[in-house]
Amino acid sequence: MNDPSTILESQDVAAPTSGTIIDIDDLSFSYDLGKTNTLRNISLDIPAGKVTAFIGPSGCGKSTLIRCLNRMNDLVDTAKVTSGKISIMGQDIHAPDVDAIELRKHVGMVFQKYNPFPKSIYENVAYGLRVQGIKKKSILDQAVEESLQKSALWSEVKDRLNTSALGLSGGQQQRLCIARTIAVKPQIVLMDEPCSALDPIATARIEELIAELQQDFTIVIVTHNMQQATRVSDRTAFFYLGELVEYDDTQAIFGNPSKKQTEDYVSGRFG
Amino acid sequence: MNPFVAKTKTRKRKDQASVVIFAVATYLLVACAVGIFFKIASAGAPILFASEDSFINWDFLTKNPETLVVFEIEEGEKIRMDQTDFTEWKKENPGVEVLNEKTHAYTGGGILGPLVGTAMLVVTCMVVALVVGVSASVYLNEYARKGLLMNAIRLAIMNLAGVPSVVFGLFGFALFCLSDWWPALTYTINEERTMGYFAIPLTDGYLSFQGWGSGSSLFAGGLTLAVMVLPVIIAACEESLKAVPKGFREASLALGASKWQCIRTAVLPYATPGILTASILGVTRVAGETAPIMFTAAVADKAKLPWEEAEGNGLFWLSDVMMQSVQALPYHIYTFARLPNTEETAATQNGTVFVFLMLVSVFAGLSIFLRIFFRNKLKW
Ligand SMILES: Nc1ncnc2c1ncn2[C@@H]1O[C@H](COP(=O)(O)OP(=O)(O)OP(=O)(O)O)[C@@H](O)[C@H]1O
Ligand SMILES: [Mg+2]
Repeated sequence: MNDPSTILESQDVAAPTSGTIIDIDDLSFSYDLGKTNTLRNISLDIPAGKVTAFIGPSGCGKSTLIRCLNRMNDLVDTAKVTSGKISIMGQDIHAPDVDAIELRKHVGMVFQKYNPFPKSIYENVAYGLRVQGIKKKSILDQAVEESLQKSALWSEVKDRLNTSALGLSGGQQQRLCIARTIAVKPQIVLMDEPCSALDPIATARIEELIAELQQDFTIVIVTHNMQQATRVSDRTAFFYLGELVEYDDTQAIFGNPSKKQTEDYVSGRFG
Repeated sequence: MNPFVAKTKTRKRKDQASVVIFAVATYLLVACAVGIFFKIASAGAPILFASEDSFINWDFLTKNPETLVVFEIEEGEKIRMDQTDFTEWKKENPGVEVLNEKTHAYTGGGILGPLVGTAMLVVTCMVVALVVGVSASVYLNEYARKGLLMNAIRLAIMNLAGVPSVVFGLFGFALFCLSDWWPALTYTINEERTMGYFAIPLTDGYLSFQGWGSGSSLFAGGLTLAVMVLPVIIAACEESLKAVPKGFREASLALGASKWQCIRTAVLPYATPGILTASILGVTRVAGETAPIMFTAAVADKAKLPWEEAEGNGLFWLSDVMMQSVQALPYHIYTFARLPNTEETAATQNGTVFVFLMLVSVFAGLSIFLRIFFRNKLKW
């Protein structure tokens, strides 16, 4: 892993560039050891190299599902997958020999509330590489620059890499969080409402960024904003009360939904 | 007709009365604190500060306590001298007749021994308490599954904070002092043995752990103080850990950090200011305690400092230092307090209490300073 040639190339697993990268099969998930299921019998295939949006009313389980994909729910003591399985790049992620830490290097995550560490901009981006034991300055420098450029932040911060990340604007901080995530070279980037704390201009920048990142990463994004879903995503899944109601091409979901519930939601009649 | 006029007179009066009560209580408290401080300062400061020379009476801080001799050569002219100086003086002036010779124990010399002893006790205690306390709070807060057992453990720890300090003193005495070696295991054959701790029954008797340490020692006192202050430290550490935003932990883990890497790089650094501040408040408390050290570490009279008496080299020397008993400021004050209080002894007593108060104030001030400093520096 410390070999300079591999770290900046793709990680040790070749990501499929087409076809299914995440395969969720009949997944039920509970926050209380199985007493009640927060997610029920969800099956969906997320295509590689595309942007998939999760939409649905508040509390329907979008965040829960997206956090299942990098096993962030392991942090909740009483969380439990009660049925079904999730396969990422063909591997069941709950198999006993899967290490959640390794998994998260391949499946990165950007959070709703931008949360850079109170460190310098440079150290924020280098964090993921540092915890992997990479110390060499030249590798870190290169990775930091590359990631900041990909996240369209380089020109704004290149002269102040060593100043605190908290001095950036909200939108810049969120783009820094994206840079930090892609610095680890994941195959998949999960984004849970990445723009909900941002103003329209900052939101537009992030949306542009998502369109660009799509070339290198598979992106799963949770959003409350219908227009955003139509703008950025190729596929859209609509959830309601812990169940998957409809999953189709974004155009179909918004233009010609096959379920009444979906139609009501996307046309703003409830939610 | 004014629409905003008070509807009932009594409500308004009750309102005003309650404000008066709160204000009076507050100012009474402030007056007490200020009163105590000025009483001690006005009586004690003259001993510490001198009008000439370096303006500080260094002798008071750099000499060990000893007996004070007050005598007269001519009627009505009192002379104060430390015991050692007096002996010397008598040798040099064999012919002079000494009148009204009176001795006052511990009132001569300075307070170097107690100062050094208190400092060493505090350092020993805080090293142990911080290592154990931070570890325990990290475990409780970051690793342990939340549940009944954890709540029970937390409750038990919090209850420890309510135990009177003299009980800790006796506990420390029993555990750390009552035996000769480290750790002391005794094998007793007869049935009516003193059981000690954790007696293991063997074929014809019991193997029991009798504690460790040898008599009063820095080690025993430091550990006893550490046990006493641990609940406070653990509670403060847990607060500091809880105050670190969940986002830092999530971000760190989502970037592929292991749990320990996450705690080390994304939690502990941001909890450190809180932990530091709390531990300095802990120091203030520990420095002032008498009961836990009176059985375990402190002695009233000791001519040498701990390191002057220790033998051996390297680690052996260090462990021997830790095995020395020490003088300590609160215990020194306690010793004074039991002596007959005369105008001859008052000066030294007041001076000692004043220095002690200054020391504790400096620690408290430092903790406030650190809190402000870190609050301005680390914001998120
Ligand atoms: N850590 C947790 N422990 C227990 N229950 C939780 C936890 N997190 C979420 N829930 C519950 O699971 C359900 C789904 O929550 P989730 O956060 O996935 O919804 P969401 O679709 O993301 O909603 P929003 O749009 O408001 O973010 C909710 O009823 C919520 O109360
Ligand atoms: Mg959510």
